[in-house]
Amino acid sequence: MIIRLNAEDYTVKGAKTVKELLDELYIQMDRVAVELNLKVIKKADYMTTSIQNGDTVEIVNFVGGG
Amino acid sequence: MDDKLIVSSIEIKSRLWVGTGKYKDFDETARAIEASGADIVTVAVRRVNITDRKSTNLLDYIDPKKYKILPNTAGCYNVEDALRYARLGREAGVSDMVKLEVIGDDKTLFPDVCGLLKATEILAKEGFIVLPYSSDDPITAQRLVDAGAAAVMPLGAPIGSGLGIRNPYNIKIILELIKTVPIVVDAGVGTASDAAEAMELGCDAVLINTAIAGAKDPIMMAEAMKHAVIAGRYAYKSGRIPRKLYASASSPIEGML
Repeated sequence: MIIRLNAEDYTVKGAKTVKELLDELYIQMDRVAVELNLKVIKKADYMTTSIQNGDTVEIVNFVGGG
Repeated sequence: MDDKLIVSSIEIKSRLWVGTGKYKDFDETARAIEASGADIVTVAVRRVNITDRKSTNLLDYIDPKKYKILPNTAGCYNVEDALRYARLGREAGVSDMVKLEVIGDDKTLFPDVCGLLKATEILAKEGFIVLPYSSDDPITAQRLVDAGAAAVMPLGAPIGSGLGIRNPYNIKIILELIKTVPIVVDAGVGTASDAAEAMELGCDAVLINTAIAGAKDPIMMAEAMKHAVIAGRYAYKSGRIPRKLYASASSPIEGML
């Protein structure tokens, strides 16, 4: 399965849900927000939201800013 | 002095709010913020670095339990983008507060006030505590309050310019006009006296990033800003003397030889 992840193609190693994708990427879920096909996914829904081939996923976090 | 600052229903300890951009590294960011005494700390929302997972995270240095993290929508030039970043920031953070920016032009970074109004209205309806970065126009400020803003944050001068409070009279009019939400000067402060001036005018708080991060010694400047904001606030609350053209002696004439 290939998804568009943060503007680059990414071959998913086995993750079927948003939660599994974050685990696969070693990303702590409390520090990020995830958008799936332009829709922000609530943290409570990470485990039940599945990802499909061709999905566009954005994972963001906080960086320094004014 | 009992002088609480309340935004929406949130009590804010410090009237100095600080940004986290432009620092040398996260360690310097953390030390400057500590020295500033601020509890409101702004951050930007950006893509996670997927390839380098060893890179550290800002929140490893700025503890969200200790500070109120205020995500911004910096870099957004239209309403849709600003809404998108605000919603992502809310999900990544722990509160409904957003420093709303809808930028009109990349040279001045002045706000697009039409877009700002629209985005404020939409986000306020979604339950956000909207803190819009605004121009220093009193009518815009009033419209933002009408649209549901929880504070108005007029610029003192362009972002990062260090030009100080360019139009103190507009800020005064905004303060006269708006009594229901806090007024926070956001952007333009260059040094401590600018921060003190904003507070002496009667502003409720000042938001500073570049003036601290860009100083030769950011930690010392952070502390200077802390004192300036306190001094300015106290001067405002204590009521300054009127300006007079001629002298009036401080020492008595009586008892002179």
